Amino acid sequence: METIVFYVFSAFMILSALMVITVHNPVRAAFFLVLTFFASAAVWLLLEAEFLAIILIIVYVGAVMVLFLFVVMMLDINLTELKKGFVKNLPLAVIAALAMFALIYMVVGGEQFGIEKFAVPERHAADYSNVSALGQLLYTEYVYSFEIAAVILLVGIVAAISLTLRRRPNTRHQKIEEQVAVKGTDRLQVVKVEPQPRKHQIVNSEGGK
Amino acid sequence: MLTLTHFLVLSAILFSISLAGIFINRKNVIILLMCVELMLLAVNTNFIAFSYFLGDTAGQVFVFFILTVAAAEAAIGLAILVVLFRNKRTINVEELDTLKG
Repeated sequence: METIVFYVFSAFMILSALMVITVHNPVRAAFFLVLTFFASAAVWLLLEAEFLAIILIIVYVGAVMVLFLFVVMMLDINLTELKKGFVKNLPLAVIAALAMFALIYMVVGGEQFGIEKFAVPERHAADYSNVSALGQLLYTEYVYSFEIAAVILLVGIVAAISLTLRRRPNTRHQKIEEQVAVKGTDRLQVVKVEPQPRKHQIVNSEGGK
Repeated sequence: MLTLTHFLVLSAILFSISLAGIFINRKNVIILLMCVELMLLAVNTNFIAFSYFLGDTAGQVFVFFILTVAAAEAAIGLAILVVLFRNKRTINVEELDTLKG
């Protein structure tokens, strides 16, 4: 049963990864990447990494891929220009990928990491909580790394905002700091007006008759 | 029966595919970033497989940190991409030769 689930989701993963790299439209590539993430989350569930599978879907599919889609749709890309050289690089890409796979397979193949070296562990009981196990490790042994991760995210936020922020001087927008700092005397000027004699007015109105 | 080799070979295939993607889509920066995400996914699958078969949760903590760093990297990379497109009106890698590299 598990083997069937593994092969089905692996097939999904590999096929959608192939579609990611071969499809011309970047929007479709992003959607196929989402499918890859979903399939690999299922594979991670088989490995009892429930928390990370959920995080992969929430953070990656929910945030990072949406960011990708935003950027892809905002940029006005000339696709025909980018398609050139696709076929020219294809043989090189296939050779590189096969060589890479052969090299990795020589390391991770059945001899080193086979069933006799790494026995399949027992499944945890139903009341085992992956989240609490991970949390206990994260908040005790790896707490400093955890804080550094938080700082990295903060730096990421600041960097992304400061990179894309631009001030255009000719647009009309609120200047909050000036609005807050304003005083009554800046807006309203009390002018002492000398009283005028009303004689002229009377004369004028009489003249109008 | 699922052994460790199944998962390692799966992630090796995924890694090779993303490497091929980097070769094929040499011009489109967005697809290049997506290929980098795929590579990180393959590495994470390796980490989780080893964590399960060795019975050590520390591997999952590493995956957690990799996900964090990858999210920050994607955000900054896309921000750079937006600034790049705003200034040069292109995301073609071959036209980005201001540094004469």
